Amino acid sequence: MTTVELLWNGLAAFLTLCIFSFLYKDNPFYKFAEQLVAGVALGYWTMLLYHTTFTDKVLIPIFQQGKLHYILPTIMGIMMWTRFSKKLAYLSRIAIAFYIGVGTGVALPLYMYNYVFRQLQATVVPLQFSWLGLNSLLMVSFVTCTLFYFFFSKEHKGTFGGLSKVGIYTLMAGFGASFGLTVMGRVALLVQRIIFLREYFIALFGS
Amino acid sequence: MRRQIPLYIVLVCGIVFVIQFFIPSHESEFIFEYGQDWVMVIGILALPLGIWSYLRKTWLTAVKKPKERFFAGVSLFGFAIMMLTGLKRESLMAGSLYMELFEYVLIPIQATIFSLLAFYIASAAYRAFRARSVIATMLLGTAFIVMLRLIPLGPISDVNQALVGWILSVPNMAAKRGLLIGIGLGAIATCIKIILGIERTYLGRD
Amino acid sequence: MKWHEKMLNIDRRWIYLILGVAVIVPAVVSFHVPVNVTPEVRRVYDFIEDLKPGDIFYVGIDYDPASLAELHPMAYAILDQCFRKDIKPVVATLSQFGAGMAEQVLSEVAAEYGKESGIDYCYLGYKPYPAITIMLMGVDFRVPFPQDYYGTPIDSIPMMRYVHNFDDLKGVISLSAGTSSEFWIIYGYGRYFMPLALGVTGVMAADYYPYLQSGQIFGLISGIKGAAEYEALTEYKGEGLKSIPYQTTTHVVILAFIIVSNIGYFASRRSKK
Repeated sequence: MTTVELLWNGLAAFLTLCIFSFLYKDNPFYKFAEQLVAGVALGYWTMLLYHTTFTDKVLIPIFQQGKLHYILPTIMGIMMWTRFSKKLAYLSRIAIAFYIGVGTGVALPLYMYNYVFRQLQATVVPLQFSWLGLNSLLMVSFVTCTLFYFFFSKEHKGTFGGLSKVGIYTLMAGFGASFGLTVMGRVALLVQRIIFLREYFIALFGS
Repeated sequence: MRRQIPLYIVLVCGIVFVIQFFIPSHESEFIFEYGQDWVMVIGILALPLGIWSYLRKTWLTAVKKPKERFFAGVSLFGFAIMMLTGLKRESLMAGSLYMELFEYVLIPIQATIFSLLAFYIASAAYRAFRARSVIATMLLGTAFIVMLRLIPLGPISDVNQALVGWILSVPNMAAKRGLLIGIGLGAIATCIKIILGIERTYLGRD
Repeated sequence: MKWHEKMLNIDRRWIYLILGVAVIVPAVVSFHVPVNVTPEVRRVYDFIEDLKPGDIFYVGIDYDPASLAELHPMAYAILDQCFRKDIKPVVATLSQFGAGMAEQVLSEVAAEYGKESGIDYCYLGYKPYPAITIMLMGVDFRVPFPQDYYGTPIDSIPMMRYVHNFDDLKGVISLSAGTSSEFWIIYGYGRYFMPLALGVTGVMAADYYPYLQSGQIFGLISGIKGAAEYEALTEYKGEGLKSIPYQTTTHVVILAFIIVSNIGYFASRRSKK
């Protein structure tokens, strides 16, 4: 590492330790780093948005390429800013309505296809007398029982109650698997910071 | 009228874009392309609202709360320095001060904030994972088996890996699929309610 | 306080301290932990491995620094594989803090292989609203990205001259840590049916198995273990394999805490009876 890199990494290490200090209790070092990142993140995003999005999608098309059809959505976008005025706030609803109308219209058939149709299609598989076939049978049973558990128009008693109980066990197995993987994910974040600190201190003091 | 016009816009746009999906023609693709492009431009111009709100709130905190003034100032300083260093498009390239601040301030703080969750999840596992009932045992058992796969235990590891594979692709998959179908049906119902004007909370209050 | 009550009431700071020590152990004492490769990760590897030199493949860096630990190693290994095989990646990000990280990983790996921007790879940059951006990329990359990250018009980029939408790509992989991956399935695959694979964080991984079984995605790389598996396949020496021993020690500690708490729980239940 060069001296400049050491200095930058020193800043990163200091800020890392500021955040870790929260494990003991809330303190000014933690608060400093927390507030700094909020400002830096917002500033970073603002300039990124300006250069790569506002310039590319609004300024250049209208003022350099003369694509005048961009003026209408630009006006609608500016109408969003009327949210700050009590008198004119109703104007922002027009832009919001266009946004929501297009969004829901596009989403509806896609939700139907991806969340419902494709999932049901993949669940209904031909029966086979093999290990794969047994798994398929279990999968169909577990999916059905899970759906039974979420059916609240009938009391969960008798056979139906038993099936919905299998449904809740299936759900718990699913949540357990999610938790196990979540532990791995959270630990990975900690490990990455520890590896960073280790490498920094080795660079600073030698191994 | 102030509430009616937006409802009609949602109705017309919603129906047009649902129909568009089922009619793959040059004209319908044209409507789709322009509709999405316009939505993107509207969205881009809506984003400064969030930026302005944050700055206003931080500024007011700095003015009204002397105890918080220093930290609000730090936040505003961070914002200002990124704005100043990122004025030119060239500053988006590696090696600029703007990118160095991103790499050595933003990345370490954000990454470390989330790494704290490792400690909290360990504490949560210790306190919550107790075999109090069959349901709790199911949860605990599966989590335990999944976590065990990261520990080398010789031949037991091979059995465990196979078991984890089965858990993920059969019971876990079935549970998540049940949830997905439910989420899908709920989302479809909400979309229909919005298009028909039954759900109108997005309009806010007068 | 009886012994089993003590087992049930360990102060959180002791838990933090023991976990802290466990995570430092592999930093001092190095050891190797074998990694077995799962079929869902191998499918992604095989897919890219089977591509021909000059083929164009989309890599989405759709994550922010909070998930860097899990997804950055995947990005390095995948881009390394692409450049090693002379596959041309088109890279973009749908995460607001992903742009800087994508630039970093892309320029670093490209420099290792002497690859040139615009000829051997293309970095489109960032656009907000993932669902809309994905759908517009399906129409034409030029609509959401009229210029690349560096401000060059897409039509002036040699590699992108004949690339218009997903039909001109061999496939897509999105490394994502949020709703982007869901959007890739619903608005990307659901509309354009391109071959799609995902690299996701451990937190999200279990939720994507229904899509894997239904064929909506052809492969899935889950969290840091998935990244390590990918590195093992590509023989790339990255952070994934390096962090597995740390995972092992911390998992031992967490599992030990769960066992201790359950012993304490059953002992206290028996003493109450």
